[in-house]
Amino acid sequence: MARKDDLGRRGEDLATAYLEGAGLVIVERNWRCPPHGEIDIVARDATTIVIAEVKTRSSVAFGHPFEAITPAKLARLRRLAGLWRAAHPEVAGGLRIDAVAIIAPPGGDAVIEHLAGVA
Amino acid sequence: MAVGRTRSVAMLGLDGALVEIEADIAAGLPQFALIGLPDAALAQAKDRVRAAATNAGLPLSHHRITVGLSPASLPKHGSGFDLGIALAALAADDAVPAESLDRVVHIGELGLDGRVRPVAGVLPAVAAARRAGVGTVMVPAANAHEASLVPGVRVVGVASLREAAIWHGAQLDPEPVDPVLGAPSEERGAPEGDLAEIIGNDDAIDAMVVAAAGGHHVFLLGPPGAGKTMLASRLPTILPPLDGEAALEVASLRSLAGLPVGATLDDRPPFEQPHHTASAVSLIGGGSGVIRPGAAARASRGVLFLDEAPEFAAVALDALRQPLESGTITIHRAKAVAQFPGAFQLVLAANPCPCGQWGAKDADCSCTPFARRRYLARLSGPLLDRVDIQLHITRVTAGQLALATERGGRLDSATARERVIAARARAAERLHGTPWRINSEVPGVWFRSDSIRLPASATAPIDRALERGAITMRGYDRILRVAWTLADLDEASRPGIDHVGRALYFRRAI
Repeated sequence: MARKDDLGRRGEDLATAYLEGAGLVIVERNWRCPPHGEIDIVARDATTIVIAEVKTRSSVAFGHPFEAITPAKLARLRRLAGLWRAAHPEVAGGLRIDAVAIIAPPGGDAVIEHLAGVA
Repeated sequence: MAVGRTRSVAMLGLDGALVEIEADIAAGLPQFALIGLPDAALAQAKDRVRAAATNAGLPLSHHRITVGLSPASLPKHGSGFDLGIALAALAADDAVPAESLDRVVHIGELGLDGRVRPVAGVLPAVAAARRAGVGTVMVPAANAHEASLVPGVRVVGVASLREAAIWHGAQLDPEPVDPVLGAPSEERGAPEGDLAEIIGNDDAIDAMVVAAAGGHHVFLLGPPGAGKTMLASRLPTILPPLDGEAALEVASLRSLAGLPVGATLDDRPPFEQPHHTASAVSLIGGGSGVIRPGAAARASRGVLFLDEAPEFAAVALDALRQPLESGTITIHRAKAVAQFPGAFQLVLAANPCPCGQWGAKDADCSCTPFARRRYLARLSGPLLDRVDIQLHITRVTAGQLALATERGGRLDSATARERVIAARARAAERLHGTPWRINSEVPGVWFRSDSIRLPASATAPIDRALERGAITMRGYDRILRVAWTLADLDEASRPGIDHVGRALYFRRAI
């Protein structure tokens, strides 16, 4: 596995722990729907389904992780959210798309930022 | 602090309005929105500001930044808002102290490297800020000289965004940069020549002195080589120096046109000589996005010289009628109405016919009578109606040259200028308590009013000309005006028959 994939995996683990700490229940991770793509984390609170996109970088030398969440990526997330909904008709409640940015320097403590309802 | 606030100036014509720049930082994906009617150059500010802030070592927040320019309905153009936008966005992020920012007006474009680059129109913008009661303005280092020509304002010139942030109290280490310099700020060239260089044509020299003293518009008609251009270019050298306010207005218009403004206020009247292919818009000003001043506005308080006047497009010439009437230039566009000063003195020069030789003693004209008539008919009646002095100039003969070289003692510009200043002072004294200062501004009816009317013995020559139908009533008034200027120059209390006769002579060109 390439280093960037390791970093992404580590980021997603951190994000999962963070969201659980924030009181969410993780429903699913890495839900794939070819050819549309993948949802990193699906979680839920009492009323709402949360579709979370996790972006991890080891430094901000090439920009903040949030800067990588482009309008095209948001459009794909909205499409995937609808597909996930269609695949799980039994789940009720509202739907929300969140973004989680993780700056994880090698060997250092990671900084986690969470934005709720970005699209 | 989620909102940073500062001010800048939006220009419309020569008037500026204060614009409030507000920057808001909200939770959200990185985004930079600029709202409030920006034009294309201003809309690109967000990219310049982000790059400049990063390279100045003061990166902007990576949250959602919304910058609003209010009043939102006022059209804003150009890159001069960059500095204010960057500082407001940094203040919203607490990177720059907000209190200091609020009191200062910021003008300047940012380079991608974080340096502050000069912009056009700083002088009128700073003057507008002063009128609005602002005490401190921050401008690009290259424009600091220009801005400091406005009295009563504290000017801070900055070379980089970092320097600006430090001035406002940001805790940063200074990083000196090479300031971006504008176009080399050349002083305007020395005045062209001296009145004493003109040989022969004493009538024409007299006419130029009269024109300068009374502010009369002039039409010079004569064959090529008669010295029309030379005469016209000497007119600014005998006009009185501009007072402080007028000099500031002239420099403001130069600044707005993107021309260099010297380190000190230039009190010489401007001289504009547009080529005869000039369009109406280039003469009076205009443009679709930014409304820029034309040659007529740049010549305000000075001389607008139209050489080969019949060769100008009729539309361009007739566009000058409104400023000649009102002294201001008003430009209407769908988005806005801009006003420029247009108090210029018009000097028209023309050949008498297409080949130029009509009336010359030493050459034959090859034009048909019809071609000749049509040539001068290109100058419309309403335009020539506004020109008080119309003079025929002839070529200098060998005899005149010999005489002039021997005799010496010709009138030089400095002496003529003293006479002009004295004559203007007399006119100003007479016109005290009226809205006018020089004779050319006074309507004819005032000169014919009971208190100041000339006796019939003095006006006999023009009364007769009017009876004969040689002049119109409007021409009558113009002659009266010139006669008063002649009397002012002669230090006479009122014009006599001699002055009226000479004034009539100055109208015999066509």
